[in-house]
Amino acid sequence: MSALLAIVRRDLLLAMRRKSEVLTALFFFIIVVSLFPLGIGPEPQLLKKIAPGVLWVAALLATMLSLNRLFATDHADGTLEQLVLSPTPLGLLVAGKIAAHWLTSGLPLVLLAPVLGLQFDLEASALGVLVGALLLGTPLLSLIGAIGAALTLGVRGGGVLLSLLVLPLYIPALIFGAGAVEAHISGLGAGGHLSLLAALLALAAFFAPWATTAALRIALE
Amino acid sequence: MLSVSNLSCVRGERRLFSGLRFDLAPGEWLHVQGENGAGKTTLLRALVGLSPPADGDIRWRGESIRRLGEDYRREMLYLGHYGAVKEELTPLENLQLAAALDGRNLDDREAIATLHRFGLKGREELPVRFLSAGQKRRVLLARLVTRQAVLWVLDEPFTALDVKAVDMLSALISEHLAGGGLAILTSHQTMPIAGGRAIKL
Amino acid sequence: MNNRLINWFKFASPQSFYPLAGKMIPWFWALAAVFGVVGLWISFFAAPTDAQQGEGYRIIFLHVPASWMSMFIYLVMAAWAGLGLTLNTRLSGMMAQALAPTGALMAFLSLWTGALWGKPMWGAWWVWDARLTSELILFFLYIGFIALQAAIDDPRRADKAGAILALVGVVNIPIIYFSVKWWNTLHQGASVSLTRSPSMAQTMLWGMLVMALCFWMYSIAVALMRVRAIILERETHTEWVKELDEVKR
Repeated sequence: MSALLAIVRRDLLLAMRRKSEVLTALFFFIIVVSLFPLGIGPEPQLLKKIAPGVLWVAALLATMLSLNRLFATDHADGTLEQLVLSPTPLGLLVAGKIAAHWLTSGLPLVLLAPVLGLQFDLEASALGVLVGALLLGTPLLSLIGAIGAALTLGVRGGGVLLSLLVLPLYIPALIFGAGAVEAHISGLGAGGHLSLLAALLALAAFFAPWATTAALRIALE
Repeated sequence: MLSVSNLSCVRGERRLFSGLRFDLAPGEWLHVQGENGAGKTTLLRALVGLSPPADGDIRWRGESIRRLGEDYRREMLYLGHYGAVKEELTPLENLQLAAALDGRNLDDREAIATLHRFGLKGREELPVRFLSAGQKRRVLLARLVTRQAVLWVLDEPFTALDVKAVDMLSALISEHLAGGGLAILTSHQTMPIAGGRAIKL
Repeated sequence: MNNRLINWFKFASPQSFYPLAGKMIPWFWALAAVFGVVGLWISFFAAPTDAQQGEGYRIIFLHVPASWMSMFIYLVMAAWAGLGLTLNTRLSGMMAQALAPTGALMAFLSLWTGALWGKPMWGAWWVWDARLTSELILFFLYIGFIALQAAIDDPRRADKAGAILALVGVVNIPIIYFSVKWWNTLHQGASVSLTRSPSMAQTMLWGMLVMALCFWMYSIAVALMRVRAIILERETHTEWVKELDEVKR
């Protein structure tokens, strides 16, 4: 348990000292969200309709960008090897790293999204559902993304390849996450979507660290 | 305590070595020699369990290291080519976090004392990236003391060290062996440490 | 697949599998040809003209079998990959690698025939119905698998990494399919669907089954040919490959 806290603390400390990485992903999120009205037109009704989808797609892309710092830096300076050789179970350490990754990339998105949602004229209750959906969805994105990051560790064409592998797997999260907000807006209630999202999160929390650990071991052979 | 039989490793399609066997008892150390590319690092990585060998058996205290898993890793410390320290963190943070990840609590006093022993007095609170190459290496080597492992597997440990540090490390290794520890080293230098055997790849 | 009936451990080495595969290939091509002829005959002549869709619907005899095969091949590919991961056999990984392009082709064929069906029927080249969209995502999964294996130089690592990806994909496919279906029903309601066709006449079903068998035999034949090529590529340094006639020439 103390090892788990240690790895979370370590990664948070590193993120604090390398703030630029965290902040650039956030600004990317903001920029991408702003691109859509510029590309589609400022009509309020239309923007309100596309808002959930746009915010979610931007969140997906921003998470994608931040995935490479999950393992790549540790791999490059040799500390990943030391983690694998530690007497603490690797699955635990991986879970800790994913948790720290979410705290530094997912959570900021959750906090930023409602502010951007105002640009699209979403009501307060819809924004609330959006926050809830992202709160469930962004850890899911970190978990699934970790598998992709581990598989493509040190591989040629890493970043783009990672996107190709992970984005199809992100689709259910996108559908249920954006769908939750849309369902709320249309009066159908977001309960179903949110519970499905929660179910996916539980499933991923169970399987993803395991798959990620296997992929890491293979990458280090 | 460590026995290796019929070990063979491949890299890509090339068979680096095969049929390797040796036994190592407490107080002994092994000097792995060979030219660049002969497979020294591959051998070390196989011995610590990072890359499974193509063939052969590695046993620690009589049991296969694959079955031992955690128990083997707890007693073993591997320091490879890489710096394996976090450049943004201070030496103190590096040591303490490394210990915590190994499940051990290292208090400030002990950590600082160890860093002083490795000649890093006055630099404990400076992020590692401000240190020289030799000093960075010494932060890594400090783990030899804080980790308290039985088997030390060191890949080119004398890299970037000045004469004083080389002497200190040799003394440390001798002390470790005298206390019943084991060590496996690769190095291009000859080392004046007693109780050693050599294998050439 | 079929060689499970024999004591397959004997054929688990590339060296013994290579000649066996070579012998099997012509038989599978023959079966594919037979099924293909029968299937196409049923598709064009035996199956009746559809009341609502006229003659154009006949592309269903390519579209549906291709969809079935694209799914089936992914499962088989993931099974071989998983086998290779757990048993550490080289040949299993090679089989998975050999199947991937054919599976991707089936998915691609399914997407194209879906579009060709959609255009005369519903006036659009693409409809975002649940089946087609899921098929598209399956195609992406195939491409991801192929891309990952292509990017990793070491064949053993490529096999193992691909296996994990394929297994993760297999777990995700039902989830993806379910979520896309959910998405589709919520957004379009009762709208066009390529799958919601009226109840099939008996002959139509037979036609699709026979064509599916044809595609299956074709896939096996092609996969065996490809795996032989992969074996030659990966085992170039071994004695037995150097002794082969094909290589000596």
